This record gives sequence, C-alpha cells and structure tokens, in this order.
Amino acid sequence: MIRTEQSFEIAPQLAGDLKKYQNVSAFVGLVFLALTVAGIFLPGGGMEQFLRSYLVGFWLWMGAGAGCLLILMTQYLTGGAWGVVIRRLAEAGSKTLYVFWPLFLPLLLGAPILYKWIGMQNEPVIRAKSLYLNVPFLWGRWVIYGALWLGLTWILNKWSLREDETKSMEYSRLLEKISGPGTVFFFFTMTFCAVDYLMVLEPRWFSTVYGFMIIMGECLTAMAVMVATLAVLVRFAPMDHAVTKRHLHDLGKLLLALTMLWAYMNFAQLLITWSGNLPEEIIWYIKRWNGGWGWVGVILLVGHFCLPFLLLLSQDLKRNPATIFWIAVYLVVVHAVDVFSLVEPNFQSPEHVHFFISWLDITAPIGFGGLWLALFFFFLPRRPLLPLGAPDLLKALNHGRSH
Amino acid sequence: MSTHVVEYLHPIYGIMAEFETPGELVEAARRTREAGYRKFDAYSPYPLHELDEAMDLHDNRVSLATLVGGLLGCAGGFGLATWCAAVAFPLNIAGRPLISVPMFIPITFECTILLAGLTAAISMIMMNGLPSPYHPVFNVERFANASRNKFFLCIESEDTKFDREDTARFLETLQPEEISEVAR
Repeated sequence: MIRTEQSFEIAPQLAGDLKKYQNVSAFVGLVFLALTVAGIFLPGGGMEQFLRSYLVGFWLWMGAGAGCLLILMTQYLTGGAWGVVIRRLAEAGSKTLYVFWPLFLPLLLGAPILYKWIGMQNEPVIRAKSLYLNVPFLWGRWVIYGALWLGLTWILNKWSLREDETKSMEYSRLLEKISGPGTVFFFFTMTFCAVDYLMVLEPRWFSTVYGFMIIMGECLTAMAVMVATLAVLVRFAPMDHAVTKRHLHDLGKLLLALTMLWAYMNFAQLLITWSGNLPEEIIWYIKRWNGGWGWVGVILLVGHFCLPFLLLLSQDLKRNPATIFWIAVYLVVVHAVDVFSLVEPNFQSPEHVHFFISWLDITAPIGFGGLWLALFFFFLPRRPLLPLGAPDLLKALNHGRSH
Repeated sequence: MSTHVVEYLHPIYGIMAEFETPGELVEAARRTREAGYRKFDAYSPYPLHELDEAMDLHDNRVSLATLVGGLLGCAGGFGLATWCAAVAFPLNIAGRPLISVPMFIPITFECTILLAGLTAAISMIMMNGLPSPYHPVFNVERFANASRNKFFLCIESEDTKFDREDTARFLETLQPEEISEVAR
C-alpha cells in the first residue's frame, strides 16, 4: 500500500541518467540537424528537398509534443490511474511545443518553394479557395495555433504545479474545466494545421477525415514515447514503488486503442475514396500505390497496424516493462514511415510515380527526435515525477494492489 | 471464531474461510498457494484481478478460443463477401475488381468481432462448468454473503495436501472471520 509519507524524490542515479539521456539526445539531435541543414548544399539535397525532409522530421516530433498536450487534457477529463502516472511525462512533452512552435518558421519562410498552391493562383480550383489559401492568413493561422497551444501548455503546467504546492482542490477543478474546451479547440486548430502543412501539398485534393487521422498518429507517437519513458523510469525511485504492472497494462491497452484508431481513420479515408472513385480524390492514392510506393503502404498496413495490434493483444507483453518499451519504440519508428508517406509521394507527378527517398528524410526525423528528447529529458526532472497535489493520487497509485 | 463441524464421518467438500476485505482474501490466497495447496478457490462479490496472480492462475483457454473464433470470423466474413460478390453473383460495380478488398473489410471486421465475442462468452460459460444447479459451497449458510460484502476462500478436500484438522489449523493462521466445513 502506498502512503503519503513515502518519499517521491527522484533517485540520484535516475537524475544522473536523465541528464545523460538529455546530453546524448541533444548531441545526436544537433549532429543530425546540422547534417540536414548541410543537405541544402550537398548532393542529393537542395533547398526544396531540405524543406520536404524538414517537414517529415518536424511534423513527426512536433506531433509528439502536440499529442502530449492532447493526452494531458484528455486525462484530466477522463480521470483514471493511467493519467496520474503519466501526467508529468505529458507535461514535459507538451512543453517541447515552446521550442517546436517557432520551428514552423522555416516552413513558412520556405512556403513558396515547398507549397505549390502559392504559384497556382491562376487555377480556378485554387483561386476559389483563396479566402483560406493565402500567405498572410497562413502566417495568421500560425500565430493563432501558437497562442492557443502554448497558452494551454503554459496554463496547464502552471496550475498543475500550483496544485502540487497548495494541495488545493481549486486547481484540480480549474484544470478539469479548461481541459474540456481546450480539447475541442485543439482538435479544430490541429485539423487546420494538418491542412495547412500537409494536405495542401496536394492542392486540389481534400479529405474530411484527415485531421482526425493526423491527430491519432500524433497521440500514438506521444503515448508511445511516454510509455517507453515510463518503462525506463519504473526501474528507479520513486516510480519503482509507485507504478505497478497494472498501470503499464492499462497504458499498453491505450497504445492498442490508438493503433486501432490510427488504422480506423486511415481505412475510413481509403474506403470512402475507393467507393467514390473520383479523379480529384484518388490522386492521393495513385501516388501512394504506383511505382513502388505500394510497398510503403504494405509496410504501414503490416508494420503500423497488424504487427503492433497482435503484439499488444498479449497481456504479458503489456505488463513487462522490457517488452512494452520495445513495442513503444518500434511504434515511433514505424510512425516516422507514416509521416514520410504523408509528405514525399505528393511531389511525384501523377503520370510517372516512382518511389523516392532522400538521405535527408532519414537525418531529419533523427535530428528532430534528438532535439525533442533532449527537451523532454530537460523538462522532466524539473518537477516531481508524480503530481503530488492530485486529489486522486493515492487511489491511482494503489490501483492494482490490494495490500 | 468457531468451527462448525459437519458430521465427522461423512466426507466433506472442503473447508472454507471468510474474510472481511478483498486485501485479506488476496493475501490469504497467496499464502494458501505458498503453503502448497492447489485445489482451492476464492470467492468475491466482484472481480479481483490480483487474485489471478495470487492464485497463480495461468489458464488462458478462453483467450485461445476467442482468438480461434476471431480468426474463423475473419476468414468467414471475407469468404462470404468474396463468394457472394465473385462466385455466386458476380457483379461489375463501376469497373472495380470483383474481389473489391476495401469494401469487404467492414463485413470481415464485424464477423471477426461477432465470432470472437460469442466464442469468448460461450467458451467462458462452458469452461466455468456453468450452468451448475448444485454447488457444495452454498451448503454454508453465510456463503450467501459472497455476492454481497464478504470474501471467501475454500480449500477442497480433493487436494492431496488436504487434512481435515491440519487444513483447518492452517486456515486459522490466516486470521479469517470464520471457518466452516463445507458439506458435500
């Protein structure tokens, strides 16, 4: 039985390890980001390729931070032990947005090179969308997203710390109250953001399920990163006595649910497109089926859905920190393939579709991953690893133990 | 605490201990297992997941049956759709292939869920030995509380380690509310 008088201090060895992870991540991140930037001038690269790969790497990891923000709000709304044990991880993850939001800038500055719609103003289809698709409003939306996401991150983190200090229910209620509208606004803004930076890569194409599809992918990445981190933290105080196999089991179930949701959204889009079979809709799939791209689709179907689905069905694999760690890491890697296939095929011409990958598509996700993890491990030890002021803390920690 | 002795000469079903809290029951189950007993069961008004671990239950036949049911449903659903659309009544729908895979996925998915769900429920009921019109544990009057607010542990006489006096003495060390012998 866990009681309040137990210490929730971070074990000195763990503090050292987190520092080490932070340094290694920062080093790897900076090296690979430098390589990616150098790619502008190196063979196989170039300005446009740099921006494409930048978008792949950036979107994967910006999404992980945004996913953390959404999961952070969701767990305030649903309650439950799973949310209490990963709350501090979600908080640390959401704070990476402070750095990742400004990193939209290269995409905005490079928009005339990356986004073809900017040069397509003579086309009636594009002109008809000009109320939304224009550069000043693109910048304006970036400001709106930032104000909302960073505002939510800041206030959620601030109140959570206040809750720790004051142990007052007042902040717990405030956190729940802001999370409801916060979730709604997040879904709206992230849907628009996905349209702005990913969907418009195919300017004539549209899909209504796109926002949800992207958000589920982001939540999956975020959850996978948090589960993997938690599986490492359980080896040390305070998580070794605070977190039970039952918590890992529950979080593993959520990973399974998110894997299925990701597949569900992707399949919903495919089924509707397949049924309609309209020229303007199928272009997206033509570029992802022909010329070898179909194999990427097979990798996603088998590797991003079937395999993790079957693995995560197993109770033993979910309850064992070592196995759930590797499943979670694998999910992040395979999601990088998904983001890659969201971006790169759009640059193929519909008549001559050929599989294409640049070495920058490899370095950018690793570079941004290093940067993200460095920030994550920097923010994580800044506050206790458990929300000590959460009114349901003890109940959550005693979840799955009866004595 | 008192020990109700059923007629001594008759064989009994087992000896039952009554506990106040789920924690005590889980602890008792763990210690019973550690003491070497294998044929015993724990009874609680609601599911206690910790009991699986405490009693070291590794019977996953229901999971396996569910998996087989799900796979059969998956193959059956896809097979049914394929047979209908490509064999029994081939229909050209806007030039799509006769085996129009994406269109078959929803029915395949539904059949998987349906058969997996039914198999899980039916195999669970059958492997539990239900319906069971008679069970000796109900011979203990207080056992009616097992569906309300009390927790019971019953060591069965079939256990090789079972001994009427030793087992009763062992159960007493678990500090239950009450110990009763269960008539057959």
